[in-house]
Amino acid sequence: MADRTLVQAIRDALLEEMDRDVRVCVLGQDVGLKGGVFKATEGLQPRFGPDRVLDTPLAESSIAAVAQGLALEGYRPVAEMQFADYIFPAFNQIVNEIAKVRYRSNGDFSCPLVIRAPTGGGVRGALYHSQSVEAYFCHVPGLKVVLPSTPADAKGLLKAAIRDPDPVIFLEPKKLYRAARGPVADGEGALLPLGKAAVVKEGATVSAITYGYLRAVTQEAAVRLEAEGISVEVIDLRTLRPWDQSACLQSLEKTGRVAVIYEANRTGGFGAEVAAELAERGFAHLDAPVTRVASPDVPAMPFSAALEHAFMLNTDKVAAALRRLAEY
Amino acid sequence: MSTPAELDGLTRERVLWAYGIVLRARYLDDRRFILNRAGKLAFIISPRGHEVAQVAAITALQPGRDRFCLYYRDFAAALACGFTPEELMLSAFARAADPSSGGRQTPGNFGSRRRGIIIGSSAVGTQIPKAAGIGLALKWRAEGALCYVSFGEGATSQGDFHEGLNFAALHHCPVIFLCENNHWAISVPEARQVAGPGVAARAAAYGIPGVAVAGDDFLAVHAAVRAAAERARRGEGPTLIEARVLRLQSHSTDDDQRAYRDPAELEAEAALDPVPRMRAWLLAVGWLTEPDDARFQEEVAREVEAATVAAEAAPEPDPSTLTRHVYADG
Repeated sequence: MADRTLVQAIRDALLEEMDRDVRVCVLGQDVGLKGGVFKATEGLQPRFGPDRVLDTPLAESSIAAVAQGLALEGYRPVAEMQFADYIFPAFNQIVNEIAKVRYRSNGDFSCPLVIRAPTGGGVRGALYHSQSVEAYFCHVPGLKVVLPSTPADAKGLLKAAIRDPDPVIFLEPKKLYRAARGPVADGEGALLPLGKAAVVKEGATVSAITYGYLRAVTQEAAVRLEAEGISVEVIDLRTLRPWDQSACLQSLEKTGRVAVIYEANRTGGFGAEVAAELAERGFAHLDAPVTRVASPDVPAMPFSAALEHAFMLNTDKVAAALRRLAEY
Repeated sequence: MSTPAELDGLTRERVLWAYGIVLRARYLDDRRFILNRAGKLAFIISPRGHEVAQVAAITALQPGRDRFCLYYRDFAAALACGFTPEELMLSAFARAADPSSGGRQTPGNFGSRRRGIIIGSSAVGTQIPKAAGIGLALKWRAEGALCYVSFGEGATSQGDFHEGLNFAALHHCPVIFLCENNHWAISVPEARQVAGPGVAARAAAYGIPGVAVAGDDFLAVHAAVRAAAERARRGEGPTLIEARVLRLQSHSTDDDQRAYRDPAELEAEAALDPVPRMRAWLLAVGWLTEPDDARFQEEVAREVEAATVAAEAAPEPDPSTLTRHVYADG
């Protein structure tokens, strides 16, 4: 077990998988010479060379398309989009091509690749370095979507994503890149399965289902509520597509109260899907409406510290929402 | 006039093989149109006018070794790459045994892993940067294979055209970019689609050869693609070829170009149909005789009839397979 930040864990996963499998390669803007704008690929190019760690032109559609071409030829590419906000030029390649290759060829072709992108806000990144884009991709059959929140999860899930036979969108909460630190296993011991949620804290009164940066916030809120006599169960989804419905339903059946807490703006966010599914399947066990706790429906997160603070969920806001739900 | 043993390095046998593919494409397409008008086929995209250019290009390449990213009008190219008439009819009827997609995609999205035909989609231009990525993999593998990618002139307006050519040129990827310029993107003419002196001229911006050829000239298209293939296999990088062709049919069976094109121009273009022109050329050089041609055409007509009967009788996909192949485990 080594002590690692989340971004170091990402880098360790890439390095280990590249060591393990010569088909694994990395491409994107600034991933080579610079080692990534967040240093997620630091030291990889000196070790593996300029082909396996390829600096691409500033053109996201072709980053995705070239990764697809490599995957179709048997490589296991890991493409980096510098910020999730800039993934949209690649949207056509991801949704119309990468996600549909297996289905449209009736299983003759597959496209195993990973597209990594730093996501989320709270770093004064403003409108174009803070967006939460997961809902766009969770809507797409053929894609898997992962959004880890601890160094151990980031490493274990990235290794699993690289080995997965299907395309994976791997979103990394940039606010946690250096803020999250913890013990991380080496090699095969680090592997984690996709599609499994983590029950972060057990509780009896309210189920708080979350992911990404808000896992830590929700945990803090749960500790605060515990002192008030409200027992909160905190679940980190970790993988959003496919998401762990049985773990969430199990918790719902125990508590009868569910809040889904997500950083994206409220309408059409991935939490809305979780809420709808749980309301439909768990209705008989519910003592209160399934509640979404999300960011406001404004285009994106403003630059001003005051406006950013107003946009972001925090411990106070999450605790207040969970308290209201417990008292319903 | 004496009959040549070879023309531009091509044997009589090879060229007659290509002519046979061109004939099959034309006969199949005619049959598909009748079946569409009879309500038996939902949707067809015709290669009419493109056949000679498509087959000439593939004849210069190595199906089985090379990769092919075809687009939806590449019906004759798909035949030249190894698809059989029956397989293409299975696709037209959206039958379970359609080898490209099991009836999931509209006919024209060709794919076959064992033949190196990379499954396509209907999204215009997406195959262009994908071919650059395939080319990068082929360059890394250094086995001398190349990737051929084709598209219409409408696709050259997409950002993916620029991104793909830029990437392939930067990395000297073994890719042949072939634009089948038929001057019409549904109803939008080339004059409102392509700025500047034409598609081929754009190659200069990437520092790669750009070649424009008459798409009804079998030898010219073949020579341009062969030169591009030699360059790619030598590790010198991509080439952009613009084959100027005619669209002798509407964009698709859901379009009627008589509604937006000049009747006199359509009539003039019909007289320039490349299929009879190829036939006339082969008769002129003595590689084809009238009786041989008649026998060929009879054989092709029989083959197309048999393919149609077999495909129509083939079973539709089982509805229970709707949810299969979304992921590896399903």
